[in-house]
Amino acid sequence: MTDYKQYLRRILIIAAVIYVCFLLQTSIFSHFQLASVTPNILVCVVSTYGFMKGRKYGIIIGFCTGLLLDVFSGNLFGMYALIYMYIGLLNGMFRKQFYGDDLRLPMILIGTSDLIYGIVTYLILFAIRSQYDFSYYLINIILPEVVYTLLVSIFVYYLILHLNNWVDKLEKKGSDRIGNY
Amino acid sequence: MRQRKAGGGVPSKYLLMILSIICIMLLFFSYSTGFTGGPLLTISNHIFIPMQKGIDFIGSTIAISSADTKTKEELVKENEELQKQVEDLNASISNYELKLKELDELQELYELDQTYFDYETTGARIIGRGTSNWFNTFTIDKGSKDGIEINMNVIADGGLVGIVTSVGDSYATVRAIVDDTSNVSATISSTEDNCIVSGSLQSMTSDNVILFSNLDDDDDQVAIGDVVTTSNISDKYLPGLMIGYISSVSLDENELTKSGTITPVVDFKHLSDVLVILQTKESYKGD
Repeated sequence: MTDYKQYLRRILIIAAVIYVCFLLQTSIFSHFQLASVTPNILVCVVSTYGFMKGRKYGIIIGFCTGLLLDVFSGNLFGMYALIYMYIGLLNGMFRKQFYGDDLRLPMILIGTSDLIYGIVTYLILFAIRSQYDFSYYLINIILPEVVYTLLVSIFVYYLILHLNNWVDKLEKKGSDRIGNY
Repeated sequence: MRQRKAGGGVPSKYLLMILSIICIMLLFFSYSTGFTGGPLLTISNHIFIPMQKGIDFIGSTIAISSADTKTKEELVKENEELQKQVEDLNASISNYELKLKELDELQELYELDQTYFDYETTGARIIGRGTSNWFNTFTIDKGSKDGIEINMNVIADGGLVGIVTSVGDSYATVRAIVDDTSNVSATISSTEDNCIVSGSLQSMTSDNVILFSNLDDDDDQVAIGDVVTTSNISDKYLPGLMIGYISSVSLDENELTKSGTITPVVDFKHLSDVLVILQTKESYKGD
């Protein structure tokens, strides 16, 4: 019974985080473009949960986030789901190297994730339509997005980290009381 | 606790495989049928759109107040300039009204009742911008409830903005003409020559222009500054909607057709309200 409740609570919290970040990305940060790019907050979320919670979380959260983007993008349906899912998986592989208070690994991972996202999007959606000027897209779209995303991800990362610690504490308290830990 | 969880449930290997297969199936399915979400659209409609409406309002207010840092002198000066402009414009309006009257009389003589610009429209607010930096799409706060359908044209500032690509109950997604995947069949209004206008992310980010190609202009009559409108032969765009002005022309390598760039009339970076034309090209043909 408590297991079930914990599961539900965790799912609800993650859903709320994705919900808020999606709204932030599409409705708030689109008014604050730097160098005509908006930060990719959802990649931060997928990546952070990936290396914090492991592969399985990364895959599922990536899939759900991607599906959400697919619904609102009006492109090929399922494409973002695929990209975000693999980003979640890749980040999940670094779970063993992850320690909460060190900011270097999260920053590197989020930056790399966004870079991969940019390059894959370019390959799937632009190179296929014979837009071959990769260096132009790299300098004008992909790299500015990575920088801006990293800037914003510091806040997103700490938010998710504290939220996660809080949930863990709650769950530990619950299991202590029952005495099965 | 952790061990027990890792033991139960589906291993991540299989999970990944299953979800990958689902994704690939969805991709093929949407490619072959044009599926854009189905029941998920309805769910997102009820969960996201109300919040987006409110939050976008907050976002735009913050953006305005942060841009609102002009000093009093600047404002006074601007006000004077604008007053002067108003006077000039008033003068030219009365001038145009006279000409318009003349035009009406002449049109009556010719019995021309083919006026393109009295399409029925509905106003809509942009509540969410594109989900990535690669595409120029946005969400508006009107949907099938307000009579909006796929392939309806969207205009603003007297120019073409884009086309509706998917519709939910109370929202719709619009693809702008500056989007990299957009192609519009267009006409140069001075010479009536047809061309293809295609959006381009590259030229849009560097110079704020879009591209045109396949222009057949043997007599070299098309010049910089000519007005480009949507053409009669387009199967999705209504005729006579303004796209922009030609900003450069050059001969293609095949020495038969010309291509170049167009400056759009719509300011795509500061768009907040648009008009949706409640008529698709298919129904227009039927009239």
